Formats: sequence, structure tokens, C-alpha cells
Amino acid sequence: MSHEKDQALIFELSKPGRVGYSLSALDVPETPIEELIDSEYIRDEEPELPEVSELQIMRHYTALSKRNHGVDSGFYPLGSCTMKYNPKINEDVARIPGFAHIHPYQDENTVQGAMEMLYDLQTSLEEITGMDEVTLQPAAGAHGEWTGLMMIRAYHEKNGDHHRTKVIVPDSAHGTNPASATVAGFDSVTVKSDENGLVDLEDLKRVVGDDTAALMLTNPNTLGLFEEHILDMARIIHKAGGKLYYDGANMNAIMGRTRPGDMGFDVVHLNLHKTFTGPHGGGGPGSGPVGVKKDLIPFLPKPILAKTEDGYVFDYDRPDSIGRVKPFYGNFGINVRAYTYIQTMGREGLKKVSDYAVLNANYMMRKLAPHFVLPYEQHCKHEFVISGKRQKKLGVRTLDMAKRLLDFGYHPPTIYFPLNVEECMMIEPTETESKETLDEFIDAMIQITKEAEESPEVVQQAPHNTVIKRMDETTAARKPILRYEKQ
Amino acid sequence: MKFRYLPMTEQDEKEMLAEIGIDSIDELFGDIPENVRFKGDLNITEAIPENDLFKKMSQLAAKNVNTKDYTSFLGAGVYDHYIPSIVNHVISRSEFYTAYTPYQPEISQGELQAIFEFQTMICELTGMEVANSSMYDGQTALAEAAFLSAAHTRKKKVVVSKSVHPEALSVLHTYAKGPNLEVVEVEAANGTTDLEDLKAAVDADTACVIVQYPNFFGQIEPLKEIEELVHQEKTMFVVSSNPLSLGALKPPGKFGADIVIGDAQPFGIPAAFGGPHCGYFATTKKLMRKVPGRLIGQTTDEEGQRGFVLTLQAREQHIRRDKATSNICSNQALNALAASVAMTALGKKGIKEIAIQNLQKAHYAKKKLEENGVEVHFKGAFFNELVVKVSKPVKEVNKALLEKGFVGGYDLRQYYPDLDQHMLIAITEQRTKQEIDTFVKELGGVQ
Repeated sequence: MSHEKDQALIFELSKPGRVGYSLSALDVPETPIEELIDSEYIRDEEPELPEVSELQIMRHYTALSKRNHGVDSGFYPLGSCTMKYNPKINEDVARIPGFAHIHPYQDENTVQGAMEMLYDLQTSLEEITGMDEVTLQPAAGAHGEWTGLMMIRAYHEKNGDHHRTKVIVPDSAHGTNPASATVAGFDSVTVKSDENGLVDLEDLKRVVGDDTAALMLTNPNTLGLFEEHILDMARIIHKAGGKLYYDGANMNAIMGRTRPGDMGFDVVHLNLHKTFTGPHGGGGPGSGPVGVKKDLIPFLPKPILAKTEDGYVFDYDRPDSIGRVKPFYGNFGINVRAYTYIQTMGREGLKKVSDYAVLNANYMMRKLAPHFVLPYEQHCKHEFVISGKRQKKLGVRTLDMAKRLLDFGYHPPTIYFPLNVEECMMIEPTETESKETLDEFIDAMIQITKEAEESPEVVQQAPHNTVIKRMDETTAARKPILRYEKQ
Repeated sequence: MKFRYLPMTEQDEKEMLAEIGIDSIDELFGDIPENVRFKGDLNITEAIPENDLFKKMSQLAAKNVNTKDYTSFLGAGVYDHYIPSIVNHVISRSEFYTAYTPYQPEISQGELQAIFEFQTMICELTGMEVANSSMYDGQTALAEAAFLSAAHTRKKKVVVSKSVHPEALSVLHTYAKGPNLEVVEVEAANGTTDLEDLKAAVDADTACVIVQYPNFFGQIEPLKEIEELVHQEKTMFVVSSNPLSLGALKPPGKFGADIVIGDAQPFGIPAAFGGPHCGYFATTKKLMRKVPGRLIGQTTDEEGQRGFVLTLQAREQHIRRDKATSNICSNQALNALAASVAMTALGKKGIKEIAIQNLQKAHYAKKKLEENGVEVHFKGAFFNELVVKVSKPVKEVNKALLEKGFVGGYDLRQYYPDLDQHMLIAITEQRTKQEIDTFVKELGGVQ
């Protein structure tokens, strides 16, 4: 290769005649394929898949893995993503043949262990969230949001309320919230945040009406602040006939301290790959269970997992159900991991998880506050937002500081989100990090602010130590190359 | 009680509280209104130590019949295929599985490059120009294909064959309610899409036609004839396809498909009671800027070195918010990695060999079944699945087969009342001649 830092594509390592597999020889009499399939439907051009040996494959992916940063590689304070430790027992349990190698269409009598596991997980999540019933069908957070909104829509329609076309979303909300509303057939209306970073109640009263289907809320919100007027908000929405939707992305802050169900939420989704340690996997798979209050139970996706005297069954007889949102029963493998985690921690442990996640975040916030602009003074929950406006005046942007953190071996925080804080950085340490790790990161952040004053070019030109430098994303989007082509 | 995932010591806690200027962690939760604070203990289990928990979970797993201990002829969208050992070793590298979405390209080149390779392999197999980085599963990918078609053509009618996976149909009906799409189902009484019925259903208001290849019954749909009907109108041609079959079958891209979707589960991904699997989404360059989900693109860094980034993000929810046409965020990245490793291990030769073994073994099974007096229901060309008629309820047949060590076929009754006492069986390369012979004999015997 022309660049020593470049890792060849697997296709570039290919050489005709090499194999990376072994199959038993065909042990049944062979019929010429032309006698089985019309020749028009027989593949005549071979797909250009690589031809490589097993060691070449392993070296290739090992080299790639070294070019990737995971939680096991180092600190990953990516706000809103809950990059906590992924327990190893979870991985082992999910690979037990009785979980990994069971088919979704086996007779129910042959999968009672799996169904018991799912049922217990549902029950645990109902207790943790304070909801009446949970479905494990949605594949991820956004999928859960859309599922919840489809149920709210079905509920209103069942009541003859066809004019409820609007979903209210705070300006600090995750992008998936308005997108899910659109995909579920609603229009989004934005409600502003006030000077304390919380939903502006006056603005909420202004936008709410008899066309309101729901308010989607993350609590604590994406600034890491608890919406302390939650009961007033619930009253406003419920009085107008709307439903209150809880985005569970930030559940890691409140376990054992408060429950969405008790705050007045009607629908909740959870991200099991965040709070409940399903690994993020480089972007998925996740699992996005949805919990509801009683009046929404009839609309849950079918089938419903039920416990009867004769064991666990899937109940398809649900006339008001919104239908299926996913084939089979959800991302079972991720649910196994979450269930394993819940049992590892237990009731006492889960509360400690939230307590320490919040303690770690407040500690970091106070230590970093003198060096940045802290937009909101109150205690945060499991994450917080600081602004790099002061450094911006020196010509160093938050993006530059994030890139400089890469040189220290850290994954940077979430940047430029939420949208309502200028030059923001959103930091979520999680409870699984030690005080020493937090202190080292804080020192690195302080050093970067000094560099911004004394030698801004060091920050502006960062990163310096990574396998590649900043990428030309403009060309990537203007002239997209989305696959390898043989030269 | 101490927890092995929580490094906080009493000393740490004391120092941190002092730094914050408070006396207890409780104060950090003081902004939660008094009447919604949770008091007491959550009614869930006590913490279980590692050894005990592994034992407990093993016992729970042991209550399930697994397809390692039993010989499975069950498919219907989820298959028992060869998983090279290397797959699990690669996806167990925690730099991959403990990483988030690769938004920071400088420290995510491994994931980005691996998925760029995945996109390429999906393009190669399907005969399409562009593939995304994955979807939840084949069924939701199918619904997203309908969304894209409707948005692109600005039409509301989705025509779908009854021979696509029944749960894809169910998911499509649920999704369609969002943007108020009309879903019209086309008959497939003889095992493949009824062309007359299809012709009658497609008109100027049709956004797309969706078929599956090989279809749910294992039959090979006449894509050539279907394409001609579809493209007579300005209608998109969507094909759902088992990518493993495309080692032997001519890819949908060669038949003029506009979108090809499906599930890469046959490549290195265990059944896992139905998930997580790995949807894929492939299309033409023309539609590249409308594809749902994440796309990885090749570019260079400021020193001219090749590298990879998430690209065309202006399509996605975090930028477009309420203007987005899909809300997908998390996908199935780790499973896309697993599929890539499996496709790489199989390679150019292996993909063909494995596909042909499926085809040959399934045809051998058909011959044996017929020789033993078992009726094979549909007569058309097929890949690795076939429908057989049994003389008792399928549930009873499967119960008897289980006693002989077999996981029997899929009971078609649930979604196809006309096919009561019919089961769909899958014969993959994993099934030996002896297993097929014994299964056929037992199936004949229990009837």
C-alpha cells in the first residue's frame, strides 16, 4: 500500500485460490443445476467476495480492532449514550446454546426457559419504571419511540379523537423524537426551554391544545437536568387530553430514586443497550422495550407474552393491538444480557448505579466549571453540559477541543448537542469509572484550556497521535464512494 | 454490599461530596418533587453472585430445546447455517463490541472500514450499486423500502405479494399506518405471485411492488415477468432476498430491482430466538441520498491518507429531525460485522458452494419425501425450503418428531388457513444425507 498507516481493504488482500472456510463434501446425489432451476435464474457472474485464508482474516480484523476505541480501550464520556462497562458474564450467558441456538418458531413447549426469562425481564422493567405492562418487541430506542407513538395514536383514534395530530417536543430533545413523530404520522411542535434549561411552562401552555396527541420528554433532560415541574407538565398535558411520553435514554440517572410511572408518564421506552449494559456494538444491535399504563395496554404490539397455569404463551388475540413492530420477539440476545445485568446488580445495586452515575457527573461538573462556561448552576443528574464559548473567543472551537482529547486517549464527549447551548460539550462519565479516571480526564481538559490560551494551534490542528487526521467529510458527501470497486 | 462494576470507595465518595460542597448523595436528588420520590426498595431480585448467576442462567437455558442438540428442519426466515469459529472470535474483540456508533472517525477507523466492506459485499451479492450499514432486520427493512418508495414516487399504494414473509407483511401493515399508505396484497395460491392478480393491482398510483426471492415458501419468483409488469408504470420494484441464496441464484439487481432488502442472518448469526439479526438495504445510485440509516463512505484525511467516515448524514434523524423520512438511529452494526466475517470466510468460492449444497440437499429431500409418499405441495422451482402436506395437525407431527430428536417444520396454519396441516421445512448445508433420510422416514411414520 502507498500509505504505511493505511489498512488494506479485505478485497485488496484477496488472491484467487485461497479459502477461509471448510464445508463437508456434498453427500447427496448431485443433479445438474440446470435441471433444477431455469437457466435464466442461475447466477452466471460470481460475486467479488474476498479469497483469503483464516489467518489473513483474523489479522485483518485484529488490525481493524486496533484502529477502534471502545469502552474497554479507555474512558468514553459520550453524553446521552451511557457508555458504561459491558459485563463479560452477559456475553457468556447470551452464547449458551439454550439461548443462542433456539428458533423463534419452535413449539412454545420447547422454549419455556426463554419465555420465562422474557417474562421476568418484563416484570423487572415494569417495577423499575413504574409502568403496568412492558413489550420487549422494539429493536432500539428510536423503534421504541415510534412504537409508543403509534400506540398513542391508536388510543386517540379508538376514542374518536382523530384531530390529535401534534406531538410536542422540547427544543433540547434527541433528533429521534421529532423524526419518530413524523414517521408515526404526527406533526411536531417545539416547546422552548427556559433560562434554567427546563421546559418553559408558559410556552408549554401556549402550544398545548385539543390537537395535542402527546408530549415527549426526557427526564432528566438532555442537559442532564431534572425537569422539576414534571407534575405541572403532566397536569397540563393530561388536562388537554394528551399523553405523556418518556424517552428513557437517561434512565441511568434515576433508578430507585424516582419512576416515570409515578411522575405521570403514560408511555416509556428504555434503551437496554444504555442503562442495562447491552453493548453498543459499534452502533447496534440495541433493544428498546416500551412500558405503558393500563389504558394503553390493549394497543401493545402483538403477540403479548402471558403467563398461564400451563406455562408461558404468546397471545395473538389482541384486537386493538397496533400490530407487529418487529418479527419474532425483539432482540432477544440483548434482552438476555440486560436480564443478566439486572440480576447481577439487584435492587440495591441498581440504585447505587444511579447514585454513583450522578455523583461522578456532579464531581466532574464542579471541577471543570471554573475552566469553561457552565450554563446552568444547579446540580446535574448523570450528565452535564458545559460551553466552550470562552475558548471560541481564542479561536479554539469545541470541535477542536474534542479532537485534542483523542490525543490523550479519550473518546470525546458529545458535542454541539443539545442544540440550545452554544459550543456545548455534553459529558456523561457513568458509574463504572473510577475517581482516578475522572481526575485524569479533568486534568487533560484543563490542560487543553491552557493550550487554547497559550498555543491554540496545538488544539486547532488536533488530533496529532491518531492513525488518521481530520477527514475530508465534504468530499465524502459530494462525491460519495460507498463501496470498494476493483481498479 | 460491594459490586464489581462499581469502583466507588467510601473515601472517593467523601472526597467527591466535599468537592461538590454537599453532605450526601441524597442532596443531588433534592430537585425531584417529594411526592414522586421512590421510597423503599424496588421489588426486584437481590443481587446474585457471578457463579450462582451463571448456573441459574444455564439452568434456564437448559429448559429450551436447542438446535445444537436437536437436528433442525425449521427455517421460515431464520436458518441453521455453518458459522465459522472465527466469526465469534472477531466479534468478541471488545474494541468492536464496546464501541458506540463511529461518529469520531479518527478513533473508529476499524468499525468504519469493516462496515464499508460489509456494504461492498452486500452490493456484490445483490447486484446493487449502494448498500447501507444495516437495518434492524429484513422485515422492518422491507417496511422502510415501502416508505422510501412512497416518498420517492409521491404515491400511496404499496402492492405486496402474499408470498413474502408473513411477519414482514404484519410489520408492513403496522408501519403503513404512519404515513397512511394503502397496502394491497396479491395472491400467491400456487406458491408464487399470481401475475394476473399483480397486473390488476398495479396502476399509476402504485409506489412499489414488493416480492420475495426465494419467497416464503422457498419458491423462486419469476422476477423477469414481474419486473416487466412493475416497470410498465412508474413504480419501484422491491425485492426481499435471502442473501445466501444469491450465491447460486441470479441477483435481483440483474432483474432491474430498484431496492433489495433482506436479512443477513444466514451469514454467521445464530437464531437467538429471533434476534438480533441483521437487516440489509441495497439500492441504486439514483436513490443513494434517500436511503434510510447510516452509510459509510471513503474519503481522505488532510494529509491525503485514505479513511472512512459516516456520510450523507443530512438524510438522518439527528440532522433532519421532523423532516426525516426514517427515524432509525441504532442499527445492527455488530451483526453486520459478524455477517462480514462470515461472508469473508466463505469468500467467492464458498458462497457458491454453500448455496449449491442447500439447493442440492433440498432437492434430494424432495425426492426422498415423494418416494416415501409425502406430498410436496408446490411444484415450482425452489431453493432450500419446501412445503409438505401432513395428515395430522403440524403441532402433533412436530411433537412426535421432537421425540426422535428433530425440530420439525413451520406450521403454516397460523398465517395461511388454506394450508392447514402443511409445514414448511428448510434443508440447509448443515443437514447430512443421513439426517435427511431419517427425518423423511420419521415424517412418513408419524403421519
